Amino acid sequence: MKVHEYQAKEILRRYGVPTPRGIVVDNPEEARLAAKELGGRVVVKAQIHAGGRGKGGGVKLAKNADEAHDLTKQMIGMTLVTHQTGPEGRVVRKVLIEEALNIDKELYLGVTLDRRIGMPVVMASKQGGMEIEEVAARDPKAIHREPIDAVMGAQPFQARAVAYALGLEGDAYKKCVDFVQKLMRAYVDTDASLAEINPLLVTKEGNVLALDCKMNFDDNALFRHKDIVEMRDLNEEDPLEVEASKFGLNYIKLDGNVGCMVNGAGLAMATMDIIKLAGGEPANFLDVGGGASAEQVKNAFRIILSDKNVRAILINIFGGIMRGDRIAEGVVSASREIGLPVPVVVRLEGTNVELGKEILAKSGLPLITADGMWDAAQKVVAAAKGAA
Amino acid sequence: MAIWAGKSTRVIVQGITGREGTFHAIQCRDYGTNVVGGVTPGKGGTTHEGFAVFNTVREARENAGANCSLIFVPPPFAADAVMESADAGVELIVCITEGIPVNDMIRAHDFLKKSNARAVAAGRTPSRLIGPNCPGIITPGEAKIGIMPGHIHRPGPIGIVSRSGTLTYEAVGQTREIGQSTAVGIGGDPLPGTNFIDCLAAFQADSATEAIIMIGEIGGTAEEEAAAYVKQFVTKPVVAFIAGQTAPPGRRMGHAGAIISGGKGTAAEKMAALDAAGIHVVKAPSDMGRKVAEVRRH
Repeated sequence: MKVHEYQAKEILRRYGVPTPRGIVVDNPEEARLAAKELGGRVVVKAQIHAGGRGKGGGVKLAKNADEAHDLTKQMIGMTLVTHQTGPEGRVVRKVLIEEALNIDKELYLGVTLDRRIGMPVVMASKQGGMEIEEVAARDPKAIHREPIDAVMGAQPFQARAVAYALGLEGDAYKKCVDFVQKLMRAYVDTDASLAEINPLLVTKEGNVLALDCKMNFDDNALFRHKDIVEMRDLNEEDPLEVEASKFGLNYIKLDGNVGCMVNGAGLAMATMDIIKLAGGEPANFLDVGGGASAEQVKNAFRIILSDKNVRAILINIFGGIMRGDRIAEGVVSASREIGLPVPVVVRLEGTNVELGKEILAKSGLPLITADGMWDAAQKVVAAAKGAA
Repeated sequence: MAIWAGKSTRVIVQGITGREGTFHAIQCRDYGTNVVGGVTPGKGGTTHEGFAVFNTVREARENAGANCSLIFVPPPFAADAVMESADAGVELIVCITEGIPVNDMIRAHDFLKKSNARAVAAGRTPSRLIGPNCPGIITPGEAKIGIMPGHIHRPGPIGIVSRSGTLTYEAVGQTREIGQSTAVGIGGDPLPGTNFIDCLAAFQADSATEAIIMIGEIGGTAEEEAAAYVKQFVTKPVVAFIAGQTAPPGRRMGHAGAIISGGKGTAAEKMAALDAAGIHVVKAPSDMGRKVAEVRRH
């Protein structure tokens, strides 16, 4: 799960990680008041779940409260397009008004899981403001990596190594050591999967603060973080994906016109791949889960058909323990109830497959049966082209 | 032969009185697996569907001689179940549970490392964890320890290892004429207990396995590491498929571990690494069976 910058900073402050003083607002009048409270000279930052806001015009300096008012007026309601939002962009609903500080250095600090070693790793680079992937591609040696034992937390020597790698001295060095240990505590305690401080700011006065912050959380651990769940912003998510999640369906919308309904995440990805190989474009990823009951099939049909680009649907179910005839009955009853505006190709595998195919054939519905994944992919791509 | 699971495997089911645990304990027993009981704290001493129920794994091990545990415990408690089995000295721990927090698994892996070090020092067999978030392991005709449909499998010479459940079944279905030595689902989580390399090494050493199908997916670098291992140590032919060739970056594709992050972990990178290691990479998931039949005698 993702949260906004202002929410991530709220979480960091709970762990004593220093951030600039800031106030989140959703209208220009509040922005004016906030700017006055923060001393007049402020930065107005659009709150959307995507990076690259600065280049897209979503981060601007206001010299006084009136300017903060005007900039907020411009930003609220605007569609911000960055390299991470895609061409459709995101609507700005809130802005963060933050005190403007005297910048000495902008650095990078991030924590994420290193899957290879099974430990969180702190990454530090002197090239703040740049995306870490870009730094890694250009000059991997410019990134200092410090693996941390999640249970024990960051040891002082590890935090010192990070501060040295960032080239800090004196007060800033000491503050950075403290910053790293607190950030690490916040990361582990909240079950974060990413905590990225970019840039990490060193002020002319020698203070070290999180100027920007991005945090993602382990979805599987949200059951023990009710406060973080409350931060979820459904406006930032695809409405169809939100709807699908209510039914326990794992759905991701894509750009093609061949809808697919599959049991199991790996098989669902493989089904998208084979549609592409057969000359089509998948419209979505959809995992109906192990059971593939009539109710789930019906819900999945509804979600897939809400995408107006869909010209044909491929149902690919490896029955496993559930019998093929039962699945076929489910598909038929769901199809009857929904009514099928597009051709549907069904590929069933598992016990009683023949019986299942017979049920599909005798239903009188426009269901096309297929043998194997390749046959199914070819049939559904042809159907999508015919219907286009 | 075969790997890790066979006739001598004596299974207990952790979470045996739950819906999933009950259903699959019966399915495994019906397949012919030696299921010697189950564990549900607070229900020890009772009998459930003909299975003896114990309060703790240690009791189950001591009284029923279990050397394998199959875990159906809900996500918040599953890592604890893994650690309990490791502490009791269970040799094979198969965790089906999906949705365990990463931090819980980090702790469980730490625990396993330490308890395994103690086991080795005392001359006992260390524990192997398969999963979590996996279908389990099956040696056709001998033991089914998991949720896979047993009837689609046939004893034979193909070893299968996969990060995906239903794609494993797909590979099994495509090799039904030849048959499988053992099929292992290592699971879709970012931190699996058993990885590709563990399975590849075991299949290489297994006299019953002639060729291997490995099924990877986007996310992480496990396939690249497996490719390097195969190049150096595996002489048996390996066929590979990578799911997610059309997956968009930055999105988690169902499995917790299936995500292209920061442009890393793409199917294209993995396929290139596998290909460079001399592995037979198929682009279409429907070609796994045909390809392995073609290369197994070469």
